[in-house]
Amino acid sequence: MSTPTAYVLALADDALISSQRLGWWISRAPQLEEDVAMANIGLDQLGQARALLSLAGAATGRSEDDLAYLRNERDFRNVCLVEREQADFGVAMARMLVFSTWQHELYSALSGSSDAMLAAISAKAVKETAYHVDHATHWVLRLGDGTDESHARMQAAVDAEWPWRAELFETEFLDDSLVADGVAVDPSGLQGPVEQRLEAVLHQATLNVPDTTSAYSKGRLGRHTEAMGYLLAEMQHLHRSHPGVNW
Amino acid sequence: MSQEPLWEVFIRSRRGMSHVHAGSLHAADAEMALRNARDVYTRRQEGVSIWVVPASAIEASSPDEKDAFFDPAGDKVYRHPTFYDVPEGVQHL
Repeated sequence: MSTPTAYVLALADDALISSQRLGWWISRAPQLEEDVAMANIGLDQLGQARALLSLAGAATGRSEDDLAYLRNERDFRNVCLVEREQADFGVAMARMLVFSTWQHELYSALSGSSDAMLAAISAKAVKETAYHVDHATHWVLRLGDGTDESHARMQAAVDAEWPWRAELFETEFLDDSLVADGVAVDPSGLQGPVEQRLEAVLHQATLNVPDTTSAYSKGRLGRHTEAMGYLLAEMQHLHRSHPGVNW
Repeated sequence: MSQEPLWEVFIRSRRGMSHVHAGSLHAADAEMALRNARDVYTRRQEGVSIWVVPASAIEASSPDEKDAFFDPAGDKVYRHPTFYDVPEGVQHL
């Protein structure tokens, strides 16, 4: 059985781009302790991305660096959810809650993948993402059920992120045979469990579950938001300016 | 968030050891303090158990009282169990 390159690449790009966004917070979080926490979580995601990129690249002879630094915007397959700017701490936590809950459900299911490598990478990531969910949950609870101002800002953050969650459950990009063969997890099957968990946290945090239509989000097909080009420019410029640079 | 309370962190490095003071940090409440401690002090597998204690709950001896507190024990050599003959063959002493 050949490596399901496109599918693995999509999951790798989700983790890679989310990691890049989290890195922005180092030195900018509300407290030093949170700087370290967000860096830890970003590095966990980077570890997942590296393993998945290596797996995806092995079939075509490309290294993880080739895939991370030398692809152009249209070749990235991450959902738009993770690439957008997040210069507001509430937004960062709302997004972490959505993304990590989805990742946790996904990796739990993928631990049973018929692709042994994908199953092993996923099994390792389950524990990591469980902690990411926990971290985001505690912040969303405190900000949602905190002061009037923190409640309003947390609700605004949830409202901003919620429409972008839908792309996580889209199947358009996926080769159906991968699901049939037990390699991939049907993304649409994760929507129920993920949203149930998210809604439980929002209720406990005294926040409303937004009743909004989904955003037009086609990152899985390589069509990204404006923010993606700027993110890649920052992430890739060193490697492209100094090919093969290492330290 | 500079007004968040200070917590002292104690880490047990492995089973059978006691918790040892690792440092301090700020957090809004005990649950967040525990998570911050996990992130700040156990990134390199330093521990298997964490205690966090509000710094305000710790009553510490004062450096000013050092003489009265500790010096009187200095010349009480008989408090050390060095005046006993240990029978041959006794293990684990």
